[in-house]
Amino acid sequence: MSKVTFPRMGESWRTFKMLLEDLGNEVVVPPRPSKKTLDLGVRHSPEFACFPLKILTGTYLETIEMGADTIVTSGGMGPCRAGEYAMLHHKILKDLGHDMKMIVFELPRYYPFNFIKNVWTLNKSRVCIRGIISRIKRAWRKLQALDNAEKLSHVVRPREINRGATTRVYHKILDWIDQAYTTEQIIEAEAAALEAMRNIPQDHTREVLKVGIIGEIYVLLEPASNLEMEETLGNLGVEVERSMFLTGWTRDNTWTETTQGMTVKEAAAPYLPELIGGHGRDSIGNTILFAKRGFDGMVQLAPFTCIPEIVARTILPRVSRDYDIPILTFFLDEQTGKAGMSTRLEAFTELMRRKKLLLKKKNVAQKNIYIA
Amino acid sequence: MKSYIGIDVGSVSINIVVVSGAGDVIAGLYLRTKGRPIEVIQNGLKEISEIIPPGMTIAGVGSTGSGRYLAGVMAGADVVKNEITAHAVAASMMVPGVQTVFEIGGQDSKIIILREGVVTDFAMNTVCAAGTGSFLDQQAQRLNIPIDQFGELALQSTAPVRIAGRCTVFAESDMIHKQQMGHQIPDIINGLCEALVRNYLNNVGKGKEILPPIVFQGGVAANIGIKAAFEKALGMPVQIPKHFSIMGAIGVAQLAKEETAKTGVTSFKGFQITGLPYRTGSFECNGCSNYCEVVEILEKDKVIGRWGSRCAKWDIV
Repeated sequence: MSKVTFPRMGESWRTFKMLLEDLGNEVVVPPRPSKKTLDLGVRHSPEFACFPLKILTGTYLETIEMGADTIVTSGGMGPCRAGEYAMLHHKILKDLGHDMKMIVFELPRYYPFNFIKNVWTLNKSRVCIRGIISRIKRAWRKLQALDNAEKLSHVVRPREINRGATTRVYHKILDWIDQAYTTEQIIEAEAAALEAMRNIPQDHTREVLKVGIIGEIYVLLEPASNLEMEETLGNLGVEVERSMFLTGWTRDNTWTETTQGMTVKEAAAPYLPELIGGHGRDSIGNTILFAKRGFDGMVQLAPFTCIPEIVARTILPRVSRDYDIPILTFFLDEQTGKAGMSTRLEAFTELMRRKKLLLKKKNVAQKNIYIA
Repeated sequence: MKSYIGIDVGSVSINIVVVSGAGDVIAGLYLRTKGRPIEVIQNGLKEISEIIPPGMTIAGVGSTGSGRYLAGVMAGADVVKNEITAHAVAASMMVPGVQTVFEIGGQDSKIIILREGVVTDFAMNTVCAAGTGSFLDQQAQRLNIPIDQFGELALQSTAPVRIAGRCTVFAESDMIHKQQMGHQIPDIINGLCEALVRNYLNNVGKGKEILPPIVFQGGVAANIGIKAAFEKALGMPVQIPKHFSIMGAIGVAQLAKEETAKTGVTSFKGFQITGLPYRTGSFECNGCSNYCEVVEILEKDKVIGRWGSRCAKWDIV
């Protein structure tokens, strides 16, 4: 029987594993990107390619060692080279002597037949259509549960009294959600998980900053690729909200978390009316939406040489001025030294804190004038 | 009399200062790191203990720079701060009302934008070290010119020579090309200074609102050729503070003063640490797939600090 693997993005692998197994596949779970992944990926990828391509090359090679022979991955549209990565990976792996079967999902909205064909290929148990739909629905529910747990961890971490408590609880509850199988179990595990997280001793009086995270999808979703940026910020007393979750991304292009009925596309339009590929436009639009919600700052994450994010980066200073919101950009590559990033994040946190304090003082002064 | 120590452990230099309660620099050392930060910190503190006037007490210690955690645990620092904040504080002390700070050190360069005394924006070089002190050092060595004469030579230039500043590899090959064509050394050096400034303003300074007063600090500020190139490119005067090379240390000493004013005590371990044996060791943690390289520092035989791990497993509280 063929053994199926797929790219690893954060904790989403728990969902994909369940779904693929439900359809009768044997699954090789991609390991968390590590030094070994990077070594393999960098050695066998073009030097100028972006970080996600290199990590995935490494991941695929690791899963091949574990016996995988089929890769399920996504295609893509628009002028971002990631859309070609499935093909490129196929060629790289073939050159290395691994003739992998690639199952590439294009956006179902534009390529419905590709979607149906791929699902059918993966449907090893020959489950009926209704069975497939119900399995996808259940997997979707699990993905939501995982995302909800992660979102809550971002809120709790900056307020935790015992440093590291949130991370410890979070790792534990991931297993609960992982082990849940039926929809009822998933809902129950999710409720228990959120409850456990809320019960972490917290200091609710603490002054917590709010930072929005924008950028390219892979480095946003896989913490191993961004040096656990969200955890680092949480430890600095910053609540983060990521602009992108897999559930949000999958939910088509319409954005449900809109502010004043404005979509990301509309928000970005005055600055960038075109789709430039990747998530460049989203980075700009989301910055505006976060700013309108009163966030203290933004962090942009981008793979080194990522054109869409470079374009966004050159536009963002104007957005920053217009909406008075500080933005810090990180270009990520294979460097693992965290010191430089910590320094910048620390200074950035301080900048936001002082700004907030000054604003408060100004507001108080204003109030006193009114009283007088 | 109360005074405060600031230690800035950078890639190329370690700076130690003693600042009085009024903010005057009583003693300042600029030492080369030479890859041995522990030894240099110990020797530096020993030297400081011999310079400071009798009757002076150390009421607080702060550390900054990429080796700030190391210096922090060794000396028992009251405050361990990133170098961006430290540099901004020092610049505000020396030049009240400063709105822009250029800081170019050994391995990194930064720009800090202040408005009304508060940092409102900053940037640091990310993936490229072009234009930092290390590269200038290397070029000075290649041309066999002492680094402290580099700037003066640049000012003697009479004809402009354009050097590519995008990347040190391009810059070096461009310099060699110009040298083989027969250009004068002062002209080439001046071209290099202008290239580095161009690169800094386009890379680190990109999209930043540069307003005077501008303060230029960090080790590279010793190079008057770079200062002249900045003034030419911006059309604005650039000030170099008297203690330009030790500003980070001065800033963090000031922060230590503010911190101890709040707490009332210092955690400074005293100058006796200059005589203690320090050892470092490292190991690879195989608790997960990260295989973090954890480094620990031991004072006598006691572990006083550990870093390098991605999780809190090895943290010492």
